[in-house]
Amino acid sequence: MTRFIDLTLNGISTGAIYALVALALVLTWRATRIVNFAQGGMLMITTFIASSTIASSGSYWLGFAVALVCGLALGALVERGLMRRVEGGPALNAVIVALGLLILLQALAGMIWGNTPRSFPPAFSIRGYEVGATHVLFAPNDTFTVLVVVAVAAGLAALFRGTALGLKMRAAAFGPEVARMLGVRVGRMFTLGWALAALVGSLAGVLVAPEVFVGPNQFDPILIFGFTAAVLGGLDSPVGAVVGGVVLGLALSYVSGYEGPSLVTLAALAILIAVLMIRPRGLFSSAQERRV
Amino acid sequence: MALLEIEQLTIDYGPVRAVDGVTLAVEEGSVTAVLGANGAGKTSLLRTISGLERASGGRVRLDGEDILGVAVEDIARRGLAHVPEGRGVIAELSTEENLRLGGLWRGAQAAPLGDMYELFPPLRERRTQLAASLSGGERQMLSIGRALMARPRVLLLDEPSLGLAPLVSAQIMRLISSLAVARKLAVLLVEQNARSALSIADRGVVLNLGRVVADDAARALADDEGLRRAYLGF
Repeated sequence: MTRFIDLTLNGISTGAIYALVALALVLTWRATRIVNFAQGGMLMITTFIASSTIASSGSYWLGFAVALVCGLALGALVERGLMRRVEGGPALNAVIVALGLLILLQALAGMIWGNTPRSFPPAFSIRGYEVGATHVLFAPNDTFTVLVVVAVAAGLAALFRGTALGLKMRAAAFGPEVARMLGVRVGRMFTLGWALAALVGSLAGVLVAPEVFVGPNQFDPILIFGFTAAVLGGLDSPVGAVVGGVVLGLALSYVSGYEGPSLVTLAALAILIAVLMIRPRGLFSSAQERRV
Repeated sequence: MALLEIEQLTIDYGPVRAVDGVTLAVEEGSVTAVLGANGAGKTSLLRTISGLERASGGRVRLDGEDILGVAVEDIARRGLAHVPEGRGVIAELSTEENLRLGGLWRGAQAAPLGDMYELFPPLRERRTQLAASLSGGERQMLSIGRALMARPRVLLLDEPSLGLAPLVSAQIMRLISSLAVARKLAVLLVEQNARSALSIADRGVVLNLGRVVADDAARALADDEGLRRAYLGF
């Protein structure tokens, strides 16, 4: 029973990170109908920058803040400079450009920071809470991670549902031509969507880095898990992304705990394929069909 | 001076000339109907005026200022509202969100939501529902209401009666004509249903294969039997 509780708690905290990556993917998908396969590379870069900032300044929180700001800027830059050219074109073009960017970013990171993974400090203690005589598999840092996800999800919900800017972003996503005819600066909304997505992605990078370490290829599995979570929730739905992330986190935690950690990636891919075969719209998508 | 002036406007799609040297003008507080069969170039004309398509020649002036080549969203911000064919409501947003969207760029100068609900009472009951759930007539009301939220000076309407029951269509037409007068709108109305369009329009322009074949007072066009038979089908 203790084991089950431990695995559940562990599933929630890792699921929270998958949820963040899934949210980042959902945001770019909603804004521009592009699945951003470069997201893993983008959050890798911002986490490296955070790592260097922490090393030189000694302040975790400065590194944390710098990662977020760089995420925003990188997202906007990638959309404006690169993706703008393939938006609205054949889906495959965007996929190829995103994959190309991923390879480029990984090569750049290797040249700048080297290929040896380096450690990354957690924001708070990773020693599990003491319950009775034992430590559970849930630490103050996990509480922080979960709270961050809750805050991001609530913030995005407030932005999309409660503000004029959010309404313009949704209009630009669902009906770009009509939105332009109503005076909405659709291009800016796309840029903002990508910037926000990359911000959320950079958060995920900083939060997961203590566990996976920072290296050019260290974040590849996170992108696969995040993508699976996004598809599970329905690529269109931020709520779905969060639920998908947590469900996937739990599932993979049980697989890892009861069957062995070597099966985790395989299980994630199996879930991805199962969702695409049985319910390709995902659990929460409002879309009737989708072109991926 | 007319609020909307179109001069020698030409639009090409590759080798196909969709609109060929069209000249027309719409005065403030009046309705000009553009009539003609399918493929006459009516929708291309509206889409080019609002900046969605590129012209290959000619001029479009809004209140004396050239707007050809200006971005769609900037043309909207100069006071031109375009209600597209097939209504163009955003199905994933609620009725009220669609309405609010229309007035956002205007900020505090946008028309109050209450005005639109007074103009279109059925929308009030459906304000929290997704636009996807509205009937054809309600979508048309929503689309026109949304355009009015920004208090435009020029209103382009593309086939507002398409697919509507005759009674609803007549209601919408009457509303368009009273809006033009009450709000001093210059309305450019594209319609296949020539009879109902001419019943409320001040002027009519008949297009055939992209060219203007008649431009006259609406009444004169409606009385011209030869023209009616040849181009208008009633």
